[in-house]
Amino acid sequence: MLRGLFRKRKELKLGFYGPPNAGKTSLANRICKDWTGEEIGVVSKIPHETRHIQFKEKVEINYKNKKMVFKLIDTPGIATRIDYEDFLKCGLKEREAQKRAKEATQGVIESIQWLDDMDAVVVVLDATQNPYSQVNITIIGNLVARKIPVLIVANKVDLKKADMKKIEAAFPEYEVIGISAKYGMNIEEFYESLFKLVKKV
Amino acid sequence: MTKIAGLTIRFITYSEISRLSGADRIKKILDIVLENKIVILQGRLEPTEETSLIQSTMALVGRIKKFRGVELAVITPGQDQGVFDRFRSGLANAIARGREGLTIIGPATIVKQIKRDPSKVELMLRK
Repeated sequence: MLRGLFRKRKELKLGFYGPPNAGKTSLANRICKDWTGEEIGVVSKIPHETRHIQFKEKVEINYKNKKMVFKLIDTPGIATRIDYEDFLKCGLKEREAQKRAKEATQGVIESIQWLDDMDAVVVVLDATQNPYSQVNITIIGNLVARKIPVLIVANKVDLKKADMKKIEAAFPEYEVIGISAKYGMNIEEFYESLFKLVKKV
Repeated sequence: MTKIAGLTIRFITYSEISRLSGADRIKKILDIVLENKIVILQGRLEPTEETSLIQSTMALVGRIKKFRGVELAVITPGQDQGVFDRFRSGLANAIARGREGLTIIGPATIVKQIKRDPSKVELMLRK
């Protein structure tokens, strides 16, 4: 019984995982701004903007008379390849691009190391991209193997290229929530699913 | 071993790796990839081995000249029904992995992209 009381009180560690530039930080920022008024990190169009784990502790979310306290953990995007020349194409100078690439590789390693620490994970995918990438499958496969509850979010549904049906078809086992973290579209639906997710923890 | 105009594909049978530890499997695969060869592995790695492979790959990017990482894809039976049908068809099967399916791993400097959808996998090579 005492154990139950402590479990109820504890902060739930909620991780944001996914490929680079899917909108993990944008979503984490949206949640943080909604409930604390502050942001968790900087977003950018250049991939691998988040290169270190970043947290926001004691984020209390009140939704339909339910209350949960989270530790939000925003992780660097997981990739199998990082080429500093890709950053040159984004307008970075050579030295800056090389530094970013080096930090990004460390970020991927760090993200994977943190998998075991999560109580629940939101996998953020870009709804405009092909969902059948091995990185997505590897992330979810690892969460399943570790018995960590997963919520799949398809971000950027405000864009014309977004294809929710394709994302849903790729993950028939999961409920997929289409959102736009940038504009706050379907955020209510996201919170609804988030509270359903935490029941599985 | 197959050679097509400078491109080398190395097939690894399941029996070649089945008795190796996870770390040795990854080392074997990456050693071949670092020779600029594409590996086609019979079977699949465990989910945790896949992440270890990504971690080891990232540790090598920057340390080894011109190594930019890998392109990776796993083809599994029944994949056309959806990526996660294997989880639905049985978690034990999903986690056990084993010899079913094929794993393709190539150096990112040679393999530009592995395009996949439910019914096909295409290897796009760099010119």
